Amino acid sequence: MDVMKKVPVREQDPKVRATNFDEVCLGYNETEATEEASRCLTCKNAQCVKACPVNIDIPGFISKIKEGDFEEASRVIGKSSALPAICGRVCPQETQCEGKCIRGIKGESVSIGKLERFVADYARQKGIKPSKCENTNGRKVAVIGSGPAGLTCAGDLAKMGYEVTIFEALHEPGGVLVYGIPEFRLPKDEVVKKEIENVKALGVTIETNVVVGKSVTIDELMDKEGFEAVFIGSGAGLPKFMGIPGETASGVFSANEYLTRSNLMKAFRDDHDTPIRPGKKVAVVGGGNVAMDAARTALRLGAEVTVVYRRSEEELPARVEEVHHAKEEGIIFNLLTNPTEILVDENGWVRGMTCIRMELGEPDESGRRSPIEIPGSEFTIDVDTVIMSLGTSPNPLISSTTEGLETNRRKCIVADEETGQTSRPGVFAGGDAVTGAATVILAMGAGKAAAKGIDEYLRAK
Amino acid sequence: MYKILKACDLASNIFLMEVEAKRVASACEPGQFVIVKIDERGERIPLTICDYDREKGTVTIVVQTIGASTVRMQKLRAGDSFMDFVGPLGRPSEFVNEDIDSLKGKKMLFVGGGLGTAPVYPQVKWLHEHGIDADVIVGAKTKDLVILEDEMKAVAGNLYITTDDGSYMRAGMVTEVIKDLVENQGNKYDVCVAIGPMIMMKFVCLLTKELGIPTIVSMNPIMVDGTGMCGACRLLVGGEVKFACVDGPEFDGHLVDFDQAMKRQNLYKTEEGRALLKEQEGDTHHGGCGTCS
Ligand SMILES: Cc1cc2nc3c(=O)[nH]c(=O)nc-3n(C[C@H](O)[C@H](O)[C@H](O)COP(=O)(O)OP(=O)(O)OC[C@H]3O[C@@H](n4cnc5c(N)ncnc54)[C@H](O)[C@@H]3O)c2cc1C
Ligand code: FES
Repeated sequence: MDVMKKVPVREQDPKVRATNFDEVCLGYNETEATEEASRCLTCKNAQCVKACPVNIDIPGFISKIKEGDFEEASRVIGKSSALPAICGRVCPQETQCEGKCIRGIKGESVSIGKLERFVADYARQKGIKPSKCENTNGRKVAVIGSGPAGLTCAGDLAKMGYEVTIFEALHEPGGVLVYGIPEFRLPKDEVVKKEIENVKALGVTIETNVVVGKSVTIDELMDKEGFEAVFIGSGAGLPKFMGIPGETASGVFSANEYLTRSNLMKAFRDDHDTPIRPGKKVAVVGGGNVAMDAARTALRLGAEVTVVYRRSEEELPARVEEVHHAKEEGIIFNLLTNPTEILVDENGWVRGMTCIRMELGEPDESGRRSPIEIPGSEFTIDVDTVIMSLGTSPNPLISSTTEGLETNRRKCIVADEETGQTSRPGVFAGGDAVTGAATVILAMGAGKAAAKGIDEYLRAK
Repeated sequence: MYKILKACDLASNIFLMEVEAKRVASACEPGQFVIVKIDERGERIPLTICDYDREKGTVTIVVQTIGASTVRMQKLRAGDSFMDFVGPLGRPSEFVNEDIDSLKGKKMLFVGGGLGTAPVYPQVKWLHEHGIDADVIVGAKTKDLVILEDEMKAVAGNLYITTDDGSYMRAGMVTEVIKDLVENQGNKYDVCVAIGPMIMMKFVCLLTKELGIPTIVSMNPIMVDGTGMCGACRLLVGGEVKFACVDGPEFDGHLVDFDQAMKRQNLYKTEEGRALLKEQEGDTHHGGCGTCS
């Protein structure tokens, strides 16, 4: 074994997986995990822990793996994270824990994410569940949204003894974890549902089919239903469109719609009623993780898929691993290209898309070099489906029905980073609703901070 | 689970259900809708609210069988339950928040076409309860498809019923009734609310524009979540993209791009049709739906 290199993780063959929705990455087995764990230097002043938004005791749990005590390893992680099987799969470890790993200076960093996943999967398969807090304090807290922010906040509060109810707009809890991230990256029944069960096992109640702001307002929850504090973890679900001609044509979808039909409504399965029109030739516009997920979903539904992105490969915001997986599976990348018009046939269907070539100019305020159109370089690509994946913004449903709740220019709820406190007393917020579209682990970090903030607020009250 | 307290057929392919849904019943207003999912594998189906009883905590919906899920839904009886029932979604009708006195000074005309009669009913009822009697035109293809006649009679000012084939009451399209009321009988209307098939709303709007009557329509495009998350329900209104589920479902009919909306409506025709065929024919399904050979 070369200690400088990660123990490779087994994956489904690209050719095979391009036609199924089974998980791409197969994870470590006990031998592989133990071997990989042995590469950890167990640093005293561990940089990886600091780089983790929920500060998991990484050397601590890896030491337990080394000892072969996987159950104890899961307990170490459980102290900081309620959703380890999820994080082990979808966190951008390369820029967080693994990015700071000392092993990574000379060789490859320790595969912390894959180890976390191994431990969480082990615990789940062994049926190890967190236990309920014995002494509830009878004080009620409402959590809006059951994404990673809401689940984490609710779980932490329940552990402290609060009576927590999560209100979720959709029929299924999980937020982006169930409607956005596809099955082949994050199995729903196997992984997501089970981790949500664990949160429920802590004593959290989840009421689905409640759209806060419509079915009930925050004021009603506090004044009439006896909730002493509210956490808003409603995410950033509003899709953006480009505003180019032809965008309302049939065959143009937001990535959210396409992914929701496939993931949440299980359109890819014959025994479910929701239709999806997979398309034969699909263009996905955008270069983030969501775009990769949409592209790889369309591919699995049988389409030929091209990703159209206005900057170059270097600027692709998606995780390197995802881009790599997408390429392996046969997705075509049309970079430095931007759509200018969607061409529509006489029945209102997409029949093609006109694009223009781009070149990179000076860096803009985001630090990335901004793309500039090359005049006269228009060309048409032959597609029957276009999936717009241009980012999302927070839904104004809650802010517009809650008086005195401050939002910023980007419609994000303004909240204190340390405590989650908003401009309304007793109302806290965190996750994508506050930051705009970000990551699972940052949302969890915010949920955690807010749970502490709420506890302090209620103790002082 | 959301219990069905009453289920009955209004026509061969239209049925009514009263469903226990406390939160929806206590918060809903005329003009809003719900999304219903029958079970694990069902679709999320948007349905306008036809009536509600805040005390009993119930909401009444009227459904037309169009896809696999609605066909399965029709088989449910009182005592059965829906797995999911969420709402109220969308914005209430504008008049709900208007000053009652100024509203009393207005002459309103409601036009319900086919299934569209169901969402018109709670609006007319609301006005009736607030001391305002509105004129109502109900149109249907044929006699058997006229729904909620008695209920409407009880709350409407003047009720005009027309059937396309002349099998009941007046004969002809709703537009002909509007024309008759305005041009021959000299009625004046300050606002018209038209709800029905898109094609009907389109033609009502063309006419009322000519007649100079501001018109509100209720749009029912394809939806998934109903909370603004997917954009499936987007429409062009006055050249701007709007999401029917959060910006609507009611819009200024003179600004809606109906042709574009109707084309989008066809998006899933083959697939939905296929799902429906599969449901009706079971294993015997082979061909004919346009997607299989
Ligand atoms: C396709 C896709 C792929 C992604 N891939 C990754 C990845 O690989 N790694 C990663 O770290 N991040 C990824 N992300 C981002 C990550 O999923 C989000 O940053 C994270 O889920 C945000 O969590 P949240 O709890 O703030 O909100 P969400 O997960 O969005 O959850 C919000 C919940 O609140 C509910 N809600 C909204 N409004 C209301 C209301 N009014 N009343 C009641 N409920 C309401 C919503 O239905 C939803 O369930 C991805 C996102 C998408 C869309
Ligand atoms: S139904 Fe999804 S945004 Fe309107």
